[in-house]
Amino acid sequence: MYELKNVTKSYATSRRTVKALDDVTLTIPRGQMVAIQGPTGGGKSTLLQMLGALERPSTGSVSLGDNDLSTMPDSRLGGIRAKEIGFVFQGFNLIPTLTAQENVETALEPLGLTSAERRSRAATALASVGLADRGAHRPSELSGGQQQRVAIARALVKEPEVLLADEPTGSLDEATRDDIMDLLETSWRDRGLTLIIVTHDSAVAKRAQRRLHIKQGKVTEK
Amino acid sequence: MFGTYLMRELTNRKKHTAIIAIGMALAIALVIIVNGVAAGVRDAQSSVLASVYGVGTDITVSQTPVAPTGDGAGQRPSFDFGAADGQTTDGSTSLSQSRLAVDRDTTTFDSTTLETVLAVDNVSAGTATLSLSNTSFNGQIPDITQTQEGTAAAGPTDGGAPRGGGPDGGGGSSFDVDSFTVEGIDVAGVAVGPLTSATLTDGRTFESTDSAASVVVVDSAYATTAGVAVGDTLAIGGTDFEVIGLVTSGTSDAATASNTYIPLGVAQAVSGLDGQVSSIYVQASSSEAITQVQSDIETALPDATVQTQADLASSVSGSLSTASTLVAGLGTWLSILVLAAAFLIAVLFTISGVTRRTREFGTLKAIGWSNRRIVGQVAGESVVQGAIGGAVGVAVGLIGLLAVNLAAPTLSAGTTADAASAAGFGGRGGGGGPAAATQVAATTDIVLQAPVTVPIILIAVGLALLGGIIAGVFGGWRAARLRPAEALRSIS
Repeated sequence: MYELKNVTKSYATSRRTVKALDDVTLTIPRGQMVAIQGPTGGGKSTLLQMLGALERPSTGSVSLGDNDLSTMPDSRLGGIRAKEIGFVFQGFNLIPTLTAQENVETALEPLGLTSAERRSRAATALASVGLADRGAHRPSELSGGQQQRVAIARALVKEPEVLLADEPTGSLDEATRDDIMDLLETSWRDRGLTLIIVTHDSAVAKRAQRRLHIKQGKVTEK
Repeated sequence: MFGTYLMRELTNRKKHTAIIAIGMALAIALVIIVNGVAAGVRDAQSSVLASVYGVGTDITVSQTPVAPTGDGAGQRPSFDFGAADGQTTDGSTSLSQSRLAVDRDTTTFDSTTLETVLAVDNVSAGTATLSLSNTSFNGQIPDITQTQEGTAAAGPTDGGAPRGGGPDGGGGSSFDVDSFTVEGIDVAGVAVGPLTSATLTDGRTFESTDSAASVVVVDSAYATTAGVAVGDTLAIGGTDFEVIGLVTSGTSDAATASNTYIPLGVAQAVSGLDGQVSSIYVQASSSEAITQVQSDIETALPDATVQTQADLASSVSGSLSTASTLVAGLGTWLSILVLAAAFLIAVLFTISGVTRRTREFGTLKAIGWSNRRIVGQVAGESVVQGAIGGAVGVAVGLIGLLAVNLAAPTLSAGTTADAASAAGFGGRGGGGGPAAATQVAATTDIVLQAPVTVPIILIAVGLALLGGIIAGVFGGWRAARLRPAEALRSIS
């Protein structure tokens, strides 16, 4: 379960200080599917980075289960990200020189598994997203939808508690968008994940159990 | 994963890898070639020096020359003839005289100095020598008695009969002055000394029983010009010496250190320099001890000139000297410059590569990769790029050295009298009279051969890896500074 208490995040620019999150207090129960919507620059990505242990709040606290993400040292935050949080990005963020199989394996690298275990789990994860026969392909040899499937396999292969998706369908056509959303929803349901999706797309947001709206750093229920 | 990722990066970013590797390869090849040629030049210098000073000589000790005072050693050779000297036939008097003395620019010192030198720590062997010049005068002048009588009877102004006699029958004279060098050496078979590098070409060399004998070993080149062979006699300082052997330089085509070699005790006796030597050859127990031995001898003998092989190398002249200067100056600085440029290229390209891969490293950090793991990946890639450059550089360097050895450039080399005489015993092989002894004493052609040594290759590979490590450190530092949120934000 996520718990955010009076979270503020400010960025200092050369001219002024920008408040990306403004006194956000929020609880997200374990296993919930949440959509976050809002205008560009409203603070969606900052909130997602806070939840993903990529940023610390300027003030306030963020906790995931028993872990206080706002005070942990970087090394421990890295450990939390490695074990408990999966990321899916709008631009897929696959490593272009590695194959699909190897890209999925990168998520298992911090866990200290043997290479055989890594290969086996990555192959299973690829099969679960329908790309069992694409393991040897590099990202440039895959379609956008297939690349996002590889990215989802990479996020799920370590069996995280939380899956954070930043505009996961933003670069895809409608048909592919629906396929990807079906895949994410199925994974969420089957694995008991906490799934948090940042999206501009209302069709995507409507599939969530809970919808949040963020504007000028303020979060409201929708 | 480390190896797979590394290989994928190197093979998929070929241009990046190639630029770093080529830069490193050029630098490493240059280092190998310059070092190889430098070693070849050093070998050539050692070869020239060995022909003059002998194999195994690490240090030479001589007395700093002093201004001559009065008659005796160090003075210009002079020949004094009395009225009754010479043989008179057909109105001409033949005069002949031979003198054995040290050169004007050589100072002798007490032979017990050798004991002082041998007592210095880490001196493994030493021997003393006495460098001399034998100058002979041969000439014909008109019969002195006849000339004096004619002058007394007729006088110069009364139109008497013209003077006769002399080699031209008209009262003229003819003189011939010849000179050759003589080295008095210890015949007890010591490990160092001027004859240790010589090769016997005829007859025999000295034996310990020759210490008091009038026997001489002659340099082959001088024997040819002087027309002497084994079994002949050679007059030295007015004493007949039996020629027992002929020697040539064992390490090059150069002449040996002296025209002739005679036992030290005999040289001292014939020259009237009992108990005197002109130089001491010293062998240190190890190359590391040479500096300490030089320093200790200088302390023990404050008035002595103590020179190492490195000091003596400055006495080598000719194109070999030019090559040495070029390699030591231009070659070394060029190597350093190219190496620094290669390192800089590697560092800049690695940092540039990390910057280009901001998204990649940001993603890896987001999925839990530690800074250490990412820095290791970047450093590993850089080290392998350096190693590839090193391997190519070693290959190119070896080809370069092979080309040098196939071209086999010939360098001329000589030891100059000024420098050599400062050492107390060089510049003695030229013959041709005292004037010639102040010019280049021994000139030879040496074929430059650049050796390939394992240490040079190891150093070159080490430098390549060092370049990779330095680039990796900078690239890794850049990667470690990336904050994952900023890295991901920079692409959105």
